[in-house]
Amino acid sequence: MSRPDKFIVDGRRLDGRLPDQLRPIKIEVDVLKRADGSCYVEMGKNKVVAAVYGPREAFPRHIQDPSKVVVRYRYNMAPFSVEERKRPGPDRRSVEISKVSKEAFEAIIMKELFPRSVIDIFVEVLQADAGSRTACINAASVALVDAGIPVKGMLTSVAVAKVDGTLVLDPMKEEDNFGEADMPFAFLIRGGKIESIALLQMDGRMTREEIKEALNLAKKGAMEIYNLQREAIMKQFVEEEEENA
Amino acid sequence: MRKIVLPGDLLSTNPKLAGYGTYVEGDKVFARIIGIYEQTDNAIRVIPLKGKYNPSVGDTIIGIVREVVSNGWNVDINSPYQAFLPLSENPEAKPGKKLNEILEIGDAIIAKVMSIDPRMRVTITMKDKVCRAIRFGRIVAINPARVPRVIGKKGSMIKLIKTELDVQIVVGQNGLIWLNGDRKKVAIAEEVVYLIEEEAHTEGLTDRVGEFIRRRKNVQTG
Repeated sequence: MSRPDKFIVDGRRLDGRLPDQLRPIKIEVDVLKRADGSCYVEMGKNKVVAAVYGPREAFPRHIQDPSKVVVRYRYNMAPFSVEERKRPGPDRRSVEISKVSKEAFEAIIMKELFPRSVIDIFVEVLQADAGSRTACINAASVALVDAGIPVKGMLTSVAVAKVDGTLVLDPMKEEDNFGEADMPFAFLIRGGKIESIALLQMDGRMTREEIKEALNLAKKGAMEIYNLQREAIMKQFVEEEEENA
Repeated sequence: MRKIVLPGDLLSTNPKLAGYGTYVEGDKVFARIIGIYEQTDNAIRVIPLKGKYNPSVGDTIIGIVREVVSNGWNVDINSPYQAFLPLSENPEAKPGKKLNEILEIGDAIIAKVMSIDPRMRVTITMKDKVCRAIRFGRIVAINPARVPRVIGKKGSMIKLIKTELDVQIVVGQNGLIWLNGDRKKVAIAEEVVYLIEEEAHTEGLTDRVGEFIRRRKNVQTG
């Protein structure tokens, strides 16, 4: 892949999207039978699967917390998820993503309800195309709800990038690799509104005004994704209802 | 159709109504689990559709012995926490009788939750007339969140299964169900239990289950 000369031509991006348009999203719930909750998400060319186990007994014993549940989050990329084979196993990048994502989820899970136990969240990236951490958070959030774990609300995540001096929502590979800045967000959505920011990272440079503008752009995108997440969860019950009718 | 709510959905602005499956922040009541919204005059509840069994005192449960220790048994109760059955809470215990002669690893028991301490250490008892060691019959596992539907309103669903099929049935709150009786009828009862689990969130279930049982019985006899 080489750097394109121009990222935006006639107001359209390289893949034909408008600057404030998301990539096509597909969400499927309850895809893994053995997991307590699971979800498959496609965000553009990203393909990720999330599995949630628990709350279950924490082993080894020393990780138990007598007052609250322990949350474990594992973000992992498959060796075949990128163009050049990725060495399997955790690396600097995936350990960092796991840590920040875990902290985002710890803020919404009602941890005091399950002392001495553990909730495991595993997300596997099958195919990566920029913004895989946001796709993973979206998938994990749906999987948590599917597992019936008490949470304050849903997490919805989306990134904003800056290319050719313009802010674009949900960047794809080219924009992410050669852009000037990249800023993933995760929001806690409650009562149909964005309640707070649960995760925020940045790569590159943006001015104060640009960050404000990026936040607004991300909020708009997040609400769209939230509606899709809701729809995906509700779908399993509607279908069963129709079968019986 | 009954309304299904997701965590974070705003249910009310009156914190006094907050019931099971909800939480209060500020003066607003939100759902905290996925479930069916239910409103009565003095409370709002969310009846869970998914989730693990969380023990509470007085529940009848079915457990499997996992470990025999010097003063009792550690029992798996299909929840995040193992339960402990002390020797003194098993009426079968007699001086001079070894613990593993009373209950061995892998044995199933019907027991009741006696106490839970703040660190979620669960103690169970067998001093109750429904409690006993299970040596025959069949145990069926379902999603614990669906148990209330298997029991039905004031036990209507269980009563239906018992009268229609003439089988013994004990429903553990933890999602394990013990069935005993004629083998063919137990097989139908098992199917019925899975049917209820599958369609727990729909209405008019009792009628449909009744019809299902009659149809299945005709297939076997005719």
